[in-house]
Amino acid sequence: MQQLLEIKHLTVNYGKIVALENASMSIREHDFIGVIGPNGGGKTTLLKSILGLIEPTAGEIIFSKNLEEGQSQIGYLPQFNKFDNRFPISVSAVILSGIMGKNNRTRLNGTANREKVKQILEQLSISHLANKPIGELSGGQMQRVFLGRALVANPKLLILDEPDTYVDNQFEHELYKILQELNRNMAILLVSHDVGTISAHVKSIACINRHLHYHPSNIISPRQLAAYNCPIQIITHGDVPHTVLGTHDHEHPHEHQHQGK
Amino acid sequence: MIELFNYDFFRNALLAALLASIACGIIGTYIVSRRLVFIGGGITHASFGGIGIAYYLGLNPLLGAAVFAVLSAFGINYFSSSGKIRQDSSIAIWWSLGMALGIIFIALTPGYAPNLMSFLFGSILTVTRADLFYMALITLATIMLFTRYFRLILTISFDEEYAITRNLPVHFFNYLLMALSALVIVISIRISGVILVLSLLTLPQSTANLFSKNFKTIMWASIILGFIGMISGLYLSYYTNLPSGATIILVLTAFFGLGKVLSLFRQ
Repeated sequence: MQQLLEIKHLTVNYGKIVALENASMSIREHDFIGVIGPNGGGKTTLLKSILGLIEPTAGEIIFSKNLEEGQSQIGYLPQFNKFDNRFPISVSAVILSGIMGKNNRTRLNGTANREKVKQILEQLSISHLANKPIGELSGGQMQRVFLGRALVANPKLLILDEPDTYVDNQFEHELYKILQELNRNMAILLVSHDVGTISAHVKSIACINRHLHYHPSNIISPRQLAAYNCPIQIITHGDVPHTVLGTHDHEHPHEHQHQGK
Repeated sequence: MIELFNYDFFRNALLAALLASIACGIIGTYIVSRRLVFIGGGITHASFGGIGIAYYLGLNPLLGAAVFAVLSAFGINYFSSSGKIRQDSSIAIWWSLGMALGIIFIALTPGYAPNLMSFLFGSILTVTRADLFYMALITLATIMLFTRYFRLILTISFDEEYAITRNLPVHFFNYLLMALSALVIVISIRISGVILVLSLLTLPQSTANLFSKNFKTIMWASIILGFIGMISGLYLSYYTNLPSGATIILVLTAFFGLGKVLSLFRQ
């Protein structure tokens, strides 16, 4: 599998607070990585560094030739409630805005682009909402629209920041079905607070609690989580062999570097 | 009614109303959608400082207003984005600083400042050919920018952070649109004055927003509503002998009230 990008010794500070320290990881084609960790542990910081929204304090992110256009080839679904839902814009205009990029700043009304938007609307079964104002949608519908915006430019890497908050169970179920399908054509980086739900779908897991521990499998035991110093509540799980894990700190978390690195 | 067209000042006023309604219709929709109305208030009042200084130095007051408006727009943007001062505080500082400077320099200017009231409350009937030239220039720039970069402006306005991830020139356009908004405010000061100008940029938009949640539709509707409001306000002020700027604002407010009632019936 071709490598898409490599994160090398990434450190991000906000003033005196260290949000992320010496994180290294690489993302390859067809990867499906679940990013887990406690709130404030640095998950969003990692995403924003990859997306170019945050300047790293130290270290670097190297985009390989496969992501040649840099960040324009990355699709991004931000956290819910990140936008003004009274903004006067329609569903299809939001999706169309996802086509905008470095090489496409003005003319977006071409037939090819409109066709592409139509296709995305169909794929996410929201064609009937095309002309609706964004503020009149339900949570699940809105997430679909933002997923559409992330997908419309055919990204090689899809980054999702907690896509399953504020949505109903039915959409959550459908979302993972859609993601499985998309994963055939693109790498996916998915942030979630709920390791139980995602571990049934992802291929590997990155635990972030200031430090990053990459775990090259979707099966992770409470002991391993503790070893990664990644205190996280497992809420639900399918056929993953582990039980409910409370939050507890390990005495020597850093002795347990994972051999898969 | 028609005989008014024989007067130069009236033809100028009509042209000024047309240009201002186009510029305010476009920029106002941008300002309202992005919730920048309070920043607009800061810019408007800060520009009064420029008017005062230009008076004192014997320069064109609109030029002084333009310089101060753009400077305060950038100032508000800069101080609040650097995180040192909260945005609303930053706006308040520029707002009152501009007014204070304006009052002091007008007081320092020898003799009586006859046009002071017209800058505070507007006087569309005293618009000059030179004013019209500047208005046309800025209106044209606004039309061109929004025609060529409509999608880009919409994308940035709706979700700035997302636009950055797409490598779009977000900061450049933020400043460009800030500067253009400041200039549109300045040319509109001729219509309704420093104190009332903000409503030219928000009333037609709020009325249009009652019926549409589409950026482009709101823009067009605001231009039309703004123009009708300014013309009927102008006529009304002529026949009632009331101040034109304030009459225009009252007409636009009446439109909003009417729209609100209509929209309630529609539901």
